[in-house]
Parts: sequence; structure tokens; C-alpha cells
Amino acid sequence: MKGLLVSLIALVAMGSIAQAQTTLKPAIVYANGGKFDKSFNEGVSNGAKKFTDEIKIAVVDFEPSNETQFEQALRRFAQRGNDPIIAVGFSQAVALEKVGKEFPNTHFTIIDSVVKLPNVQSVVFKEHEGSFLVGVLAALASKSGKIGFVGGMDIPLIRRFQCGYEQGVKYANPSAEVIANMTGTTPAAWNDPGRGAELAKGQFDRGVDVVYAAAGNTGTGVLQAAKDRGKLAIGVDSNQNYLHPGTMLTSMIKRVDVAAYNSFKAMQGGSWRGDVSVLGLKEGGVDWAYDQYNEKLVPPEMKAKVEAAKADIIAGKITVHDYMSNNACK
Amino acid sequence: MRNPRRPLPAWADIVLLPLINIALAFVTVSIIVRINGVDPFHALRLLVVGALGSPESIGYTLYYATNFIFTGLAVAVAFHGGLFNIGGEGQAYIGGLGCGLAILALDRYLPAWAMIPIAILAAALFGAAWAAVPAWLQAWRGSHIVITTIMFNFVAAALMVYLMVNVLIAPGSMTPQSRNFEPSSFLPAMQGNALNLSLGLALVCCLAVWIFLWRTPWGYALRTMGHNPEAAVYAGTDLRRMTMVAMGISGGLAGFVGVNELMGVHHRIVLDFPAGYGFAGIAVALMGRNHPLGIALAALLFGILQQGGAELAFEIPTITREMVVVIQGLVILFSGALVQLPRPWLQMLFALRRPS
Amino acid sequence: MTAAIALEGIDKSFGSVHAVRGVSLAIEKGAITGIIGENGAGKSTLMSILYGLYHADAGTIRVDGQPVRMDSPHAAIAHGIGMVHQHFMLIDGFTVLENVVLGAEGGPLLAGGLAAARAELERLERDYGLAVDPDARVADLSVGEQQRVEILKVLFRGARILILDEPSAVLTPQETDRLFRILATLKARGVTIVLITHKLREIMAATDRVYVMRQGRMVAERATPDTDAEELAELMVGRKVRLQLEKAPPRRGEVRLEAGHLGLVDARGVRLLDDVSLELRAGEIVGIAGVSGNGQTELLQVLAGIRPPSTGTLTVCGRTIDARHPGDPAEMRDLGLAHVPEDRLRQGMVAAFRASETAILGYHEQPQFNRRFLLSVPAVGAHCARLMERFDVRPQVPGLRSSSFSGGNQQKLVLAREMAQEPKVLLVGQPTRGVDIGAIEFIHRELVRSRDAGCAVLAVSVELDEILSLADRILVMFAGRIVGEVEGGADERTLGLMMAGAKAAPALSGAEG
Repeated sequence: MKGLLVSLIALVAMGSIAQAQTTLKPAIVYANGGKFDKSFNEGVSNGAKKFTDEIKIAVVDFEPSNETQFEQALRRFAQRGNDPIIAVGFSQAVALEKVGKEFPNTHFTIIDSVVKLPNVQSVVFKEHEGSFLVGVLAALASKSGKIGFVGGMDIPLIRRFQCGYEQGVKYANPSAEVIANMTGTTPAAWNDPGRGAELAKGQFDRGVDVVYAAAGNTGTGVLQAAKDRGKLAIGVDSNQNYLHPGTMLTSMIKRVDVAAYNSFKAMQGGSWRGDVSVLGLKEGGVDWAYDQYNEKLVPPEMKAKVEAAKADIIAGKITVHDYMSNNACK
Repeated sequence: MRNPRRPLPAWADIVLLPLINIALAFVTVSIIVRINGVDPFHALRLLVVGALGSPESIGYTLYYATNFIFTGLAVAVAFHGGLFNIGGEGQAYIGGLGCGLAILALDRYLPAWAMIPIAILAAALFGAAWAAVPAWLQAWRGSHIVITTIMFNFVAAALMVYLMVNVLIAPGSMTPQSRNFEPSSFLPAMQGNALNLSLGLALVCCLAVWIFLWRTPWGYALRTMGHNPEAAVYAGTDLRRMTMVAMGISGGLAGFVGVNELMGVHHRIVLDFPAGYGFAGIAVALMGRNHPLGIALAALLFGILQQGGAELAFEIPTITREMVVVIQGLVILFSGALVQLPRPWLQMLFALRRPS
Repeated sequence: MTAAIALEGIDKSFGSVHAVRGVSLAIEKGAITGIIGENGAGKSTLMSILYGLYHADAGTIRVDGQPVRMDSPHAAIAHGIGMVHQHFMLIDGFTVLENVVLGAEGGPLLAGGLAAARAELERLERDYGLAVDPDARVADLSVGEQQRVEILKVLFRGARILILDEPSAVLTPQETDRLFRILATLKARGVTIVLITHKLREIMAATDRVYVMRQGRMVAERATPDTDAEELAELMVGRKVRLQLEKAPPRRGEVRLEAGHLGLVDARGVRLLDDVSLELRAGEIVGIAGVSGNGQTELLQVLAGIRPPSTGTLTVCGRTIDARHPGDPAEMRDLGLAHVPEDRLRQGMVAAFRASETAILGYHEQPQFNRRFLLSVPAVGAHCARLMERFDVRPQVPGLRSSSFSGGNQQKLVLAREMAQEPKVLLVGQPTRGVDIGAIEFIHRELVRSRDAGCAVLAVSVELDEILSLADRILVMFAGRIVGEVEGGADERTLGLMMAGAKAAPALSGAEG
């Protein structure tokens, strides 16, 4: 509710700003989960908001409701002269490939997928690295040695989260067991908190005491279930620690907000380039969240171990295997 | 017998009643739009212009209508046989799989004139096969077709995700989608638009379904089964076989959604292309009174709402996509489910006008 | 004395149909008044106006001399008028008690109302001799008992005037007799009864006074003792009607259908047919008599190829069918067997179809109706028009919905369809159920004509009069068996005893005779 209010105020503000500025007309086409999913899409939205607050340039956006609307929306923004345009989510790659060719003078940014066109900037994240770190922390915090994972839709991207997480768990505690569930096989799996809660409770019943939710809005149900049962949970994409202080162990932060902000900012500063950026721990694209909400749950020695693993990955001493490099977790 | 009021004149039934329904829907929607601080007439204008105001928007409207025609006809054919096929979603999905598999296997060897018909046929066969399983379960095992077809939607979704993630995924692709089809499988389409020749296929299907149901002995037997199964048995129709036939045709029609989506638009197998068209087909068939002409008109209305609704959300930031769904739902509610609501009032008015 | 109900100058139109034209009548208190007329004569419309279901265009309704407005059934009930509909309005899963209190629960808490209702129900049952177990589920009751529940429902609401719309349409002769005994008791207790029917026998047996309607008008009023069936039939139809069927002795030919020791057991193991043997020859009408539910329905289904027999054999025109070689209705048709089913609405036609579509049911794949792969609409329409012409089906509109025709015309259409095939064997179930007198006469004559042309006819009927006048030989069924055989024209008492299961058949002989 608070988020809605804030964005309403922002929208009103934008209305007055839009008339003043005409040079840069940024736009965003969100992914299926919707703008206010408290996670992936919302991260992009926060980045856009930060940009608007700083530079006083309004950002328009659109939330598609089916596959075909990705292409339609991207084209409509391009036709209206919006530039740059951010396409959020891997599902938009196909559409962007087509529209990108049609509008070679418009600048596009795609998050979570790669489209190889000169006018497209692709931003992907090494989610496996961030997931590795929260996996390490999960294994350290777990008393039962049973660690849970709840994924959204069963696609390679989410398996990448899972695979990195499992590696982290095993790294910290080779005898730990990971119990993993995917929420479903349709896009509804990104937006089903009820089912997320059920899956989490099922895992708790099997002895799990730390669960990692990589499931978009479905994750809010997982986090809630952990709070209700007094178990620990790990959030994803945005920093979700504030949601349930006391049971939120940490969050695997994917800085989509930074990606969106940087894209707009680069455009404004004239440094925009159509390339592929792969953002891992080293680049600050992914990270684990440590703040006032979870500092009590993460004692200094645990924090030190996680930070050590992070340093090792950055230094190349630990290589985290990427599921999507060979579609297998080994 | 139990309706004491006189029937309405035909013109009131066909013209006046739908107009009143649309007006009622508009009034209700207006209230909601108004609460959100948007001028309802402005919103209505955006919706209509967004759906019909330019060649591109008309193209998208017709493209959506194409899908709704296929799934609406699918529901209607089964319904005429007394079967409630809720599985259009899954049948469309698997129909797309069949069409995609045929293309992936053959597009490098066949020219368009051979590739396109084979792929269309494959879509129909796979859709039909997916519908035939619940049909068989009902005919020989007594499982209720409503339940089984719903469940088969989930089975189809799971199967597709498995295949796309593990088998059909293009090598080196980040996202679960197949390799690109060769152009020999592309259906001629409007430049920069989703509208493609599938619309022609849809219209041919409308005519073919009409001829089948009302002008062939098999359609006759199918309708007999739907209206009165005992009479069908008496007439010598094998209900089990006819159940299979009805569901097969129904599933095949739903499978054509795959043709529109994959051969017309995406040119590769992607996930989630049925996007609810299978379910919407139930409403389309109901609103179209299970007649191909009515279904074509209802599909057009659904297409307008889909395309116009997207444009509305696009143009007015305060109207979110959820609100668009509410608006679409209200229009469908008033012009479909509640279509009889104003009838008694209208009848009373007519009775006053011409006292007997 | 004042009449319990008086109708004066009642007029009612539906669109262009003038259903009731200036009808007046007076219903005497504490008597049974009959209203007789053919289907569509306006009887039911008139009673629906009295019961507040329709509003009359003109005219006055008086109850106990006072003019009243009947704008709804509630108003009618408030004036002590109750109606028992032809089709029961009961909820199958509820008990008798629950059905009776439905709509008159008497308070938000069911339990208190139920206890009071039970006492009231017991009193009604005692006073009127309407024995029904209040705790039985309606679904488990026989049709006759369900009807008693309907009557109880109406009495429970305090009705003193009872309208019964074609109450015997769904009853067996025994149940009908029982109903009339109940009506006599009700009358003795001072209840006023209006009986709507088209059956002369019932009018003569049960009423004190009879009104005759024809084409929306009241054409005659008689004290029942002063009239007879012939006169009433003539008043109803508007011309002289022969109630006696005249026919020559049969000229029997070869055996067309032969059943040998047929047995049928359903999925629950209930034996529906037990060792049924019969043969049917060209040129004769064999009647199957019996109380409804003694296996006649199943026998027809087996003979028509709809259900395969569990045991025994059936030979139709040379083709032999048994449990392992089942036939199907389409094949039987090809062999020359035509079947007019017992329940035309449930089996013989599709109510939502046009008459022309109903007229090809079962024959829709014949080449005469198809051009290549398409049904020829003109050919189907012309065929239907021919059938309607030949069998005098009214209105003669092939495009009209089948359900828009009266029962008699529906039956004539189905009969026309089957007889137009000039079948070798004709199975007819309940040839004249729900059919007007005029049409009964016609249908019987057609069946005899068909017999004389060499067709082998098997007629199943629960109407004893009908079997007696139609059949050349009569087989009596009881509990799934054929318990006796008599020549046509046997006396009613002998048959009645056999139908009741008493083994008193005087001429129980072997295979043929």
C-alpha cells in the first residue's frame, strides 16, 4: 500500500516533469510478474525512480499481459520516439531481436538475456555467484543440515540460482542436504504466494530450517511461511530483509536497479554502448544483503566466512559453476 | 410456457438488447474509471481508437480475434456434442508443439507450399490427440471430461516446459525456446504486425464448422448426441465413437492457435503462447451462442478488448493492466453472461407501448 | 348456492394464438369437476390463469362469490387454491417431510417447523388416507407415491380447492385407480377438486360434472351421469369418433422376428428379462400387456438392438443376435426393423431440433437425404412435408421446433417416420401415450393398415383397452417373464389377473398358439 502511494505521488510528479524535458524519453517494458512484485521488476522500477528523482526526467512504462504484447509494446514505444527502452526479463529477447532490427537508431537494454545487436545493451547477472554466497550462509546458519530452495517457474535461469546455491551449501557443509521445489510450469508460478507458502511448509515439515526463495512474487509466500514457522528465509533480487526482520537471514541482491539506472544515466551522459555486460560479484551486480534488519542473525564469524568466500570468488580461487553454460549442474 | 410476457420483436432482440447491454457495461466501467481519475469518454475513445484506429491496431485486433475464433469454435463443437471441453488451453499448447516439431524436422528440406500445409495438419493432429485422451477416458472409463480436460492443461504445460528446457531448447540459448524456423514455414503476415494468414484459416474453419454441424450426417449425429444422448443411441449412433470425433475436432481447432502463434508470429517454439486463449474460448462460445457467425463476432469483440485494453494501459499510466482485465471482464459479463438481464424490463416497456 | 370458483368471460392470447376465448364456468363446492378437451384446447392455460401463473387479458375470477385478483401462485394459495402439476416439482434428495415444508418452513429454524409439520402431515395422512412415509427420500418413492406427496404439499398449505393437471399421465392403471379412490376420500372430506384430463374413462369414472373445451372455447357442460363417452368424444373432437377399432382377421405369413430364451441382467445383477421367448409373424399385431415396469421397456430395447441380451438369441429377418454378437439400432434398421420408442421425447426425437430434423432421426445417413457428403436441406424438408401430409401432422411446418408440436402430433411424426420406411417389422411402444382421441383413432387405423400390408407389428402398451382392441395375440409380461398368452379380444378380467402375476392363464400354450 505504501509502495502504491509512493509511486502515485511519483507519477503526479512525473506528469509535471515530463513537459519540461524532451530530450531523453526513457521507457520500460516490464516482465510478466508486474511492476510491484517486491522483487525483480520492482528493482528495475526503483532504479528508474532514482533516475527520475535525480535528473528530473520521467520514465514511462508498460506491464504486458501476454507474450505478444512484449513485441507490441516495444514497437509502440520505439514508434513514439522513446529512447532508451529497457526490456525487463529473458522472455522479451525474441521480441527485442525483431524490434531492435526495425529501429536501429533506438537504444534498447535487455535485462537477464543477451540480444546481439549494435543498438542493444544486454545485462546479465551471475546469479550463481550471489546464490553461492547465500548458500554458504544458509549452511552455516542451519542447525538441521537440511536446506530448502523454492524456485519459480522451472526454467534454466532458475536452475542457475539453484545450482549456485547448492554449490555454496556444499562448500560450507559437505554433508548438508538441499531440498528443492519448483512452484510450477506456467508463468503463474511467478505470482502464486499461496503455493509458495505451501511448498515452504512442506520443506519445513521435512526438517528444513533455512529456505531460499527464487520465485518472484511467489517468494513473498515463502518468506511469510518462514516467519509463521519461526524458520529462516532468504530473499531474492531486491533486498527483502526488511520484510520480516528476525527471520530474514539475508537476500541475494541482484542489482537490476543499478542496471536500469546506469543504462539511463549512460544514455544521458552519452557513454551508452551496445554491448553485453555480465555482472557478477566482482562488478557488484550481485551480492548478499547485510543490514540492520539481519545483523542479529549473522554473527561476525559467519559474516567473515561469507565475506571470505566472496573474496575468493572475486579473486578466482573459487569458480562457481554456471548451470546455463552446459545446461547441467556439474 | 412459464414466461407470461410476450416475446420481443426481432429487431429489439437483435439490435436493441445488445446496445442496452453495451451501454450498461459502459456505465459500470465508467464508474470504475472515474474513481481512478480518468475521464471515461476519453478512456473509451482510447480503447476504440487503440483497437480500430489505425491499420496496425486493426491488425493486432484481428490477430487476437483469430485465436479467439479457434478456441471459441473448439468449445462450440464439443458443446454441440454435449461435451464441455475446458482443455482448449492444453490442446492449443500441444497443437503448437505438433506444428513446431513438424517444422523443426522438415523446414530445411521442404518448400513453403509443402511445409505450411504439413505444419497446419500437424497442429490439428496433435491438438486432436491431446483432446482424444480425455475423450477416451470419458467414453470407456467414465472419467468426467470437465475434470480430465482441466487436468490435461496442466499436464500439457508441464510437458512443454520439460521439452523446452531439456530437449528442444536451442543450443547455447539462455531462454527456453527452440531454434528459429526457416522462412519456408512462415505464414504471410502484415509488415511489423502479428496479423497473418491464420485469420483466413480461422474464417475457413468457421464456415467448415457450420457446414459440418448443420449440413452433414455426422454433424447431425453429433448434435443429436448433444441434445439427447438417448435419442442418439436410438438412432444408431455409437456414443463412444462420436465422443472421440467431437473432442478430436474440438482439439484440432484449438491446436490451430499454435499455427497463428508459432507460424504467424514467433517463428520458433516458445513457452506460454496460449496465454489464456483456451479459457477465453469458453466465454467466446457462450457469447456467440455456439454458432460460428456469433463466435466470429464475439471473437472480434474479445480482440478489440484485448488490443484496445493494452493501448489503454499504454496511454494512461493510472490504468494498470489489472484494471484493464476488470474492464474486459465487465464488458464480457454484460454482453455475455448477463445478456438476458434487461430483457424483462424491455418486455415490460413493450407491453406498455402496445396494451393488448 | 355459490360456486367455490366462478370464471366469467376469461380471455387469453399468446401473440397471435387465441388460447382461451371468453370462457365461463362454475366449480361446485365439495364436488369433482372435470375439464376435458384435446391437447391444446386451452384447459391447462385456463387453469394456469386460475392459479395465477398467467394473467388473463379479460374476464373475472370469483372465489366464493368475491371477485379476486390472481397475479401469482401466492395469491391463489392465499385463496385456498392448490395445484398439482403434471410434472412433479419435488426435490429428489429431500425426504417427503422436507419437500412438504419447502417454501412453508414457518420460521428461520427448521427443526421447530419440522416437528409441527410432522404432526400436521400425520393428521392429513390420517384424515385423507394419503399414506406416505414422511421420512422416505422422494427419489425412492414410486411415481404414484410422489404424486401423493404433491397432493400433501398442496393440502399442507391449507388448500381447499385442488386442481390436478393430467394426473394420470404418468401413472399405471393401478396407480390411477388408487388416485381416484384418494380423490373420492378428499371429496368426502369436503375438498373441491378440479380434474383436467383428456381421458374419457377417467371423466366417466371420477367426476360429478364435466366441462368440455375445444379450440379455446367452452363447448359443453354436462352432469356426468347424464352423458357417455361417445358423446363427450364427439364434443371434444367436433365430429363423430369411432371408439371401437374395426379390423379383419389377420393373414399371418412367415416368422420375421424370433426371440429364444432372452435374458437381461443389469450392472447391479438385477434380472430384468427372464427366459423371454416369442415369435412375430408377418401380417399380425402382437400386443404385449403388463403393468409398467415389468420388463416391457427392456424387451423393446433388446429387440431394437439398443441393448444386447445377456443370454438367449434374437433372430430378426435372418440375422441372429446374442450376447457375443450384439446388434445395433442402425443395423436393425437396415434389416427392415423400425422402432417407435415408448418415450418419444426421451428417445424418439430431439426436442430442440426442427421437425424436419426429427423426421430423419436414424435415417440421416440414407442416400436420399445426402448429396455427396452433405445433408440436403431441401430433400429433408420435402421428406418431412410428405410425412406430415400423409399422417396429418399439424401444423404442417417442417421448420418448426419439434417441441412446439402437441404430443399427438409428435407421436404421429415419429410414427410417420418409421412407417414411411415400409418396415418388415415394426416395434411400437405405448402407441398413444399422451395422444388425443382423434389421433388415437388415426394411429390405430394406421397400425392395422400396416399389418394388412404384411408388416409384423409388436405393440407394447400399459393401456389395456388399447391392447385389447389392437392386438391379434396378446402376451402378458410380469416380473420380466412372459406369463401368458391369449388371443385378441379376450376379456379384461383374465388379463388383469395375469398382469397382477396370478398364474391363472387359461390358454397358456406352447410356442405358436
